[in-house]
Order: sequence, then C-alpha cells, then structure tokens
Amino acid sequence: MSSETKQILTTDGIPLEISLKKAERKNKIKAFLLVAPLLLFLIITYIFPIGEMFTRSIDDKMITNMLPKTFKSMETWDGKELPSEEVFASFLSDFKVLVDKKEHGKLAQRLNKEKNGFNTITKKLFRQVKRNKIDETRSIKEQIMKVHKRWRNVEYWQAIKRTAPPYTSAKYLKAMDMYLNEDNKITQVSEDRRIHRILWLRTVEVAFFVTVFCFLMGYPIAHLLATLPMKYSNLLMICVLLPFWTSLLVRTASWMILLQQQGVVNDFFVLIGLVSDDNRPEMMYNKVGTYVAMTQILLPFMVLPLYSVMKTISPSLMRAGKSLGGTPFVAFWKVYFPLTIPGIGAGCLLVFILAIGYYITPALVGGASGTLISNQIAYHMKTTLDWSFASAMGLMLLGGVLVIYWLYNKLVGVDNIKLG
Amino acid sequence: MALPKYTETRYRIWHYFYIAICTFVFIFLIAPLFVIFPLSFNAEEFLVFSEGMKNLDPDAFSLRWYKDMVYGTKNPWGLAAKNSFIIAIFATLGSVILGTVAALGLSSRHMPFKGIIMATLISPMIVPLIISGVAIFFFMAKAGLAATHTGIVLAHIILGTPFVVITVTATLSGFDHSVTRAAASLGSNPVNTFMKVTLPLILPGVISGGLFAFVTSFDEVVVVLFLAGLENTTIPIQMWTGLREQLSPTILAVATCLIVLSTLILISAELLRRRSERLRGINR
Repeated sequence: MSSETKQILTTDGIPLEISLKKAERKNKIKAFLLVAPLLLFLIITYIFPIGEMFTRSIDDKMITNMLPKTFKSMETWDGKELPSEEVFASFLSDFKVLVDKKEHGKLAQRLNKEKNGFNTITKKLFRQVKRNKIDETRSIKEQIMKVHKRWRNVEYWQAIKRTAPPYTSAKYLKAMDMYLNEDNKITQVSEDRRIHRILWLRTVEVAFFVTVFCFLMGYPIAHLLATLPMKYSNLLMICVLLPFWTSLLVRTASWMILLQQQGVVNDFFVLIGLVSDDNRPEMMYNKVGTYVAMTQILLPFMVLPLYSVMKTISPSLMRAGKSLGGTPFVAFWKVYFPLTIPGIGAGCLLVFILAIGYYITPALVGGASGTLISNQIAYHMKTTLDWSFASAMGLMLLGGVLVIYWLYNKLVGVDNIKLG
Repeated sequence: MALPKYTETRYRIWHYFYIAICTFVFIFLIAPLFVIFPLSFNAEEFLVFSEGMKNLDPDAFSLRWYKDMVYGTKNPWGLAAKNSFIIAIFATLGSVILGTVAALGLSSRHMPFKGIIMATLISPMIVPLIISGVAIFFFMAKAGLAATHTGIVLAHIILGTPFVVITVTATLSGFDHSVTRAAASLGSNPVNTFMKVTLPLILPGVISGGLFAFVTSFDEVVVVLFLAGLENTTIPIQMWTGLREQLSPTILAVATCLIVLSTLILISAELLRRRSERLRGINR
C-alpha cells in the first residue's frame, strides 16, 4: 500500500506532511499566545462582567433563600384557596429564622413590591412573633389569620407563591413599563406611570435624527475635501480633525455658551433682525440644544469614513458618466453616489451607535427633555442603587446595538470602519 | 440636450449653493472652539461678551480666570490635572503594550478564530460607553478596585486597546514579513527582531494608536463617574460637575488649555500619519 504513494521524508526522517503540520501548529500557538494576554484581560475584566449584568438582571434568589420551607410546602398547593396548615407552619418557621437574623424588613420590602400591603401585615406578624404570642401547639393557620385580615386573603398567599422562582423577568418588563399581574399575564402599568417607553423612543429618535443631520452636513464637506487639491483640503481637514481631538466636555461647554439666551447665536439672530431683542428664543435645555450640540460633536465620525471612501473614487468615473450623456446630476446619482455607500454605511453606523449611548451632552444641554435611556441607567446605578434594573436596561440597549451592527454587517460589511 | 447657457446658470447656482453649504458646515464645526478663547480672558464674571470686549477695550480682558485656575483657593484643578495625566499615561502604556502584542498575533496568517477574537478585542469600542461603565464597575467593585487609580487605569486600558489594535493591525497589513525572516536567518532571536526591525517600522502606527488611547483616557468621563472617589477626580469629572452646577469662566480657562493640548495632539497625529503613509509607500 505504501509503495504506491512514496512518502516524502525530511532530512531527519520524519514524513514531510507531519513535519509541516507540526510547524503549522507551532505557529498557531505562537500567534495565539501573543493575543492571549489581551484576550484574557478583556474576558476577565469586561466580557465576564457583561455576562454578570445578565445574571444580576434576572436574579431573584434573595427571597427564594429567605423562605425555603414555605416554597417547598407550597409546591403541592393549587393556589386557588387558602393554603393548608402545613404551608402556614413552614412560613412561620421561615419567618422566625428571618426575625432572628433581623432580615424580616427585607422580606417585607420585597413582598411589598409584589403586592401592596405586605409591609403592614409583616410588621404585625413580627410583633406577634417577637412577643412570643404564637403558640405552636395550636393551629398556626388560625393564629396567623387572626394577626391581620389580609393574612386571610388568598391573594397575598398567591403573591408569595409568585416570588418562588429564583429568576424573574420583572426588571425587563419594568423597563418596558409592564409587569406580571396576579394571573401571570403581562400587563401595562397605568398611563401616568409609563416613563421608560418614552425614554426608549426619545433615545432612538435623537439618535436617528442626529445621524440624519450628520449625514446631510457631512456628505457635502467630505465630498469637497476629497475633490479639492491636497494643499487646500489639508487645511480644511483641520476643521474636522480639531473638534475630533478636542474634549467632549469642552465642546459641550462651548455650545452652552453659544446657545444661552444672551449667547452669540441669539445675538446674531437679533443683529440680522430674525428675532427681537426682548423675545430671544430658548435654544438650550430643550431638544434644539441636544440636536445642535450632538450633531456637531458626532459630525467628524461621519466625515472621516465618508472621506476615506470618497478619496478612493477616481474623478475620471464622473467624467466618463458625463461624457456618456449624463447630466452632472445623473452622473452623480448613478455613478458617484452608489460608490460612496460603504462610507455612508460606516459613518451612519458609527454616529448612530455613539448617539444611542450618549449621555453627557444631552444631560448638560438637553434639560428635562434631554434625559435619554443612558441617563436613566446612570441614575439607577448611582442614585437608587437598583443595579439589577440598570443592568436590564443596559442589556436591552446592548441588544439593540448588536442588532444594528448585525444588520449593518449583512448590508454593507464591517471592514469599512477606518480611523482618520 | 438642454441649452448650454441655461444649464450653465443652473449649475453655477448649484455650485455656489454647494460652496455655501460647505462653508456653513465648516464654520459650524470649528466656530464653537473659537468662542471659548476670548471669553476665557473676560475680566467679568459673566459668560457673555461684554460691551468692553466688543469694543476691544484692553481693560475688559484679563488673566483673572487663569490665575484662579492655578492659584484658586478651593482649587480642584491641580489635583484633577495630576490625576488625569497619571491615569492617562499609565493607561496609554498598558494599552499600547497589550494592543501591539495582540495586533502582532492577529496579523499572523496562522491565527486561529481570527474573526471572533478580533470582534472581542474591539468590542469595548462598539458597546455603548454607559454599558461598559456598568460592567467595568461591577468588576472593579468585586475586585476591590473601585475608587482607586489602579481601577481607573485598568478601565481605561479596556477602552483604549481597541484603538491600538486597529491602528497597529492596519500598519502591519502593509508590512513586508520577509524583513523579519531575513533578520531570523541572520541569527536574530524573535525579541531582538521585534525590537530592532519590526518595531521601528510599525512605530508610527503604534504611536498614533497610543495617541488615541491617551485622548480616550484623558477625555473619558462616563466610566470614571462610576469608578472615581473624591481623591481620583479627573479633569473631565471636574468639568462635568462644574458645567452642571454653574458655568464659571475658570472652566473656560481650563477648556482653552485643553484645546491647546488637543491642537498639539492633532499636529503630532497628522505628522505620524504622513510618516506612516510614506513608509508604507516605500515598502510597496
């Protein structure tokens, strides 16, 4: 068999094929080892914590660990009528443990989130337990039911049962202004409390319009920069690059000065007679301010990818289009524009993704209408300390960004992002 | 075939319109930076151009706010500047070292799972900052590094490496690998080859990636807001609090200094880019 295909041997007698494979594997390991430090670093400090955000956002183990016996005995309860003596007894024994650990307050808080009214009745039960008023030789069910009439109400026991699973989707529903009602159905919160959906819509709206404005303003100047002779375009390029390298907060500060009521823009409007001096329009602390400032700040991210694509388009193509009988407009629309689509895609993607996570500028110049979903995440991280809710909203935002990224990859391809 | 005279006028009008739009956009981009300069020399406390300034009266200008920035009584800027520079320098060093080494591996044609690894490495650039901030905060809090310089430096290394990886891989794409083989055949070990042959050739890319990392760290506020304690305050944090509470002219003095700094960075980045293009041109 081996006589038909004679193996080629290297000088040390090992078949060439094996020797090559070995060398190849060595190279692979070498390349991987170079990447490994950074990869490991990022996985530990960044990728893993993002995963942790997920477990945090659905985590509801606290109460599961607080009432282990209760949930165990509730497994056989059908949830229609008041539970049996056994459930009451195990609830009391769980509760006593919590009282000893001084954690009954936490339980009350968590249960009150599920159903209003638990705070009062847990406190009452706590007082009875503290004074040793509950006699364990008699029926515990009867005694608990006497503590407060709500303990006789089956709805409160159903609420306890609903908290049994160690995972919950409540935070995600809350971010969409919804909740699970008594029958485990997704319900919307009352109209006056729907705040998050407005924020999501506003975030998408701001990101969308900022992208459109950036495109409308960025396309002409990218074209001019790409077609002008080098010595002029280099000079003009500074106008794009200097803002790009300048601190975001500096640029936001300058817009705050420009747009204030006694500011330069209003002065100019008064000077050319557009508005009267005593009737200066409010341009800051509203959406106008947010749009103007964000467009200026993100414009370089649109211009740079557009420019790098336009630079590669040969001017002879337009000339050919015109010489074949197209008017300049037709030549532009049919020849030039389609060639710039990768640049448009990269620019719009960059601007949109940056805009959708924006937080500093809208918070400073946007006033009340400048609150976007990122501000809400920061608020829950720093002020209310509801980290699981912040994680849930963050992951929803991340999901949105990844969908956009995936769509972009399908439509244009990712390898068009360039820096400067 | 339309009348030549008619079309000419139409296109001439269109051309002027186009120039007008471009002029407007360029002014829109650059003018906000220039408004800060004169106002930072304002002798008064208000952030508007006073009558004296409009008439170019020398008494209306002063260095008052610059003095306040440096010698001010409850002056946070000194500490903030010190912290900002320390953090940015260490973050840049970390990003450059980790990023360059990773880029070397990534541009080897033997690299397995190139796509997914590249995506992981540049993910901090794509994920919105606020999410990165939350995730990094969770890690630092657990590792006991919240409110420490080390924590902030590590966070900025995370945010800065993608820029280094991208610029260095771009530089390496035009790199002629036969020179490293030549070095090896002349008896040089890999480390020596890297230091003496590869690094000098890819240096412009490395430095420009480093500049990106420096600026990212120096200007970063979202993640730092989660991580910093009182002693770790940085220039962006001070500006953020200042802008939220009250816009004082001292902030404009700081802003002017930052614009000067960014101009310097812009100039060096441009020079590097040209040098890098020239080098790659020779290689081809």
